[in-house]
Amino acid sequence: MSTSISDAYVSFQEVQKSYDGENLVVKDLNLGVERGEFMTMLGPSGSGKTTCLMMLAGFETATSGEIMLDGTGINNVPPWKRDIGIVFQNYALFPHMTVRENLAYPLEVRKVPKNEITDRVEKALGMVQLSGFAGRRPGQLSGGQQQRVAVARALVFEPKLVLMDEPLGALDKQLREQMQYEIKHIHENLGVTVVYVTHDQSEALTMSNRVCVFDDGVVQQVAPPDVLYEQPQNAFVAQFIGENNTFLGTVRESQADRCVVELGTGEVLKALTVNVDGVGSQTTLSLRPERVTINPEAGSCDNQVQGDVKELIYLGDHIRARLELCGNDQFIVKVPNAANHSHLREGESVSVGWLSEDCRALDAPN
Amino acid sequence: MAKAAQPIMIDGVPLKERLAQAERRKKYIAFGMVLPLLIFVIVTFAIPIASMLFRSVDNPRMTELAPNLVQALNEWDGAELPSEEVFEVAFIDLTAAKEAGTLGRIATHLNYSLSGGRSLILKTKRKFKKIKSPPYREAMIKADKRWGDINTWGVLKKVSDRYTTRYFLNAVDRDFDNDGNIVEKPEEKQIYVTLFLRTLWISLLVTLLTLLIGYPIAYLISTQPPRIGNLLIIMVLLPFWTSLLVRTTSWIVLLQTQGVLNDIMVWLGIISEQGRLQMIFNLQGTLIAMTQILLPFMVLPMYSVMKTIPLYELRASQSLGANPFITFWRIFWPRSIPGIGAGGLLVFVLSVGYYITPALVGGSKGQMISNQIAFHMKSSLNWGLAAAMGSILLIAVLILYWLYDKVVGIDKMKLG
Repeated sequence: MSTSISDAYVSFQEVQKSYDGENLVVKDLNLGVERGEFMTMLGPSGSGKTTCLMMLAGFETATSGEIMLDGTGINNVPPWKRDIGIVFQNYALFPHMTVRENLAYPLEVRKVPKNEITDRVEKALGMVQLSGFAGRRPGQLSGGQQQRVAVARALVFEPKLVLMDEPLGALDKQLREQMQYEIKHIHENLGVTVVYVTHDQSEALTMSNRVCVFDDGVVQQVAPPDVLYEQPQNAFVAQFIGENNTFLGTVRESQADRCVVELGTGEVLKALTVNVDGVGSQTTLSLRPERVTINPEAGSCDNQVQGDVKELIYLGDHIRARLELCGNDQFIVKVPNAANHSHLREGESVSVGWLSEDCRALDAPN
Repeated sequence: MAKAAQPIMIDGVPLKERLAQAERRKKYIAFGMVLPLLIFVIVTFAIPIASMLFRSVDNPRMTELAPNLVQALNEWDGAELPSEEVFEVAFIDLTAAKEAGTLGRIATHLNYSLSGGRSLILKTKRKFKKIKSPPYREAMIKADKRWGDINTWGVLKKVSDRYTTRYFLNAVDRDFDNDGNIVEKPEEKQIYVTLFLRTLWISLLVTLLTLLIGYPIAYLISTQPPRIGNLLIIMVLLPFWTSLLVRTTSWIVLLQTQGVLNDIMVWLGIISEQGRLQMIFNLQGTLIAMTQILLPFMVLPMYSVMKTIPLYELRASQSLGANPFITFWRIFWPRSIPGIGAGGLLVFVLSVGYYITPALVGGSKGQMISNQIAFHMKSSLNWGLAAAMGSILLIAVLILYWLYDKVVGIDKMKLG
């Protein structure tokens, strides 16, 4: 990975965007995407991720800042000269053309010779397993097939970059998961650079090399999926990616990478210092439900408290338990349905524990 | 594959029958709801059209007024002058008609096909009292020598037919000659074919003009945000809120030789006082006024189709490397064709039958076939001819629908 954003294959440098001249939809975006990388922009709706994609595609102009692709600034390059393939959420296939004509379209406007067009269209259709459908119109295809055609069309002219704007949003769950793997494999086989936008965190974790989490027009964290999940840098990322138990408290002591936090209810917990201002400041403690142990052996956990079991939900491979402890009645524990697991009962009081390194002290809410 | 057995319900009734029973009530209700409209359409639309089509071939007058003569003429072979019996029947029927006061109508009817036919009958009428006894043949020929002309009787036989193609022939400037062949009318009497062609030509021009002017407007409106788009649609519809007559007459005020436009051009020195332009009471006037009046009918269907062309398709085209011109030509234009078809058909069909505007601003060169139809309905009272011309128009429009269905497909038509 290059050290500087400006050396990256695709880069946003100090990009800002406003639609109405009053509010910034994108606030000071700095982001680099490497050649061949699958980068996902993840965030809730209205976080500015789609705006970034549209600026990259050329349908929106950056209010300030520079967008570079392959070493050249593209701020003043019109969309049709950018050589960027786009897969739209609603596929955007041309209904008056057959699948073959749809795929041939980008090649025809590039004046590729006829016989070469035929070959490349066949190849692209083979890639998405739709070889027998060339003569059909988009209206005669299922949603998943239309999606494949859209992907093939965005790739057939070998663009410098492929953008995907929530391309699987309209598909049902099963098909969506299948398409996630297909797109991932196509990306791996072709080595094409992909910028993918979604609000679905599991989609982002499944497909990406790196994920860029957006909120309120600001990049919260850019990291590979495992780092993002295990080492969130702030409270937003921690609660947006995966499930998360939180406590609010005040930092009382700080030593090396550990700190001691006093909660509002008086309990004192040890935590990993990640993103706090120092002793006396407010912090959000973040703890993944699967890192909590029920009835830990004495001395195995440096945090140990009593909690009341409020609710149990049986989910097959694990049991989801809702506990009340330290003044938080939404504390979730995932108890694996393993042999000899502790059988909880609603209403009983149990001892729970966790390691201080799994409990991350992050920024406090404003 | 073997044919599946008919499914039978538990109580032994075939499924199909049971389904029909279950759906029957729904069908009755649906039928009941459209019934008032159906009756209205039959009474005010289907019956008048059927009656018009019938009237264009119907020829009942002679059968009503001189039934015996019609029968006698039917038996006459037309090879030579009719026999004494036919003359006798003619005399008796004409006398009876005179008594009944209907002779004038026979005279008028004959006059449509035989010039001087009216005077022939009326002249004969005055001399009827001199004819006391047979032979009627000599007496009638003496009364007017045209009775001795086989041609007169030929025409009389022709106009006595119960059904006739004469109106249709007339409507296309044709007629029967004495031998029953279809021939063109003398040049100075030919008007309708030219008028039909001019009507088609004007309609075509108006359609093209409204398309040229309307397409960019429809495109603009369809690309605006809803608030501005609705405002623009209201502006397109605004002319509908003004009476057609007012709009047409305001064109007269604007375009006449002493009108506003000419005044301005003279004042600006573009034309001289003597060189004032004749912009109205001719073909040009009809074209200008009709284009303006029919424009909304072109814009609305095109707009409603263009509105359904999504922005992301155009963006997709651009992202695939097509510049805005190619994007328009390969994506937007083909997607907008159903709207053009619908608008074009609507404007053309409305133009073909347009009446008030050409009547007011058309002068003599800007008249259309509907003005002639109106003339024959109101002034000459030749309803048969008017009906024949109306039928020809109707058939032309139906052919157009058929062509549209073949080329674009009628199911693709969107009118709003």
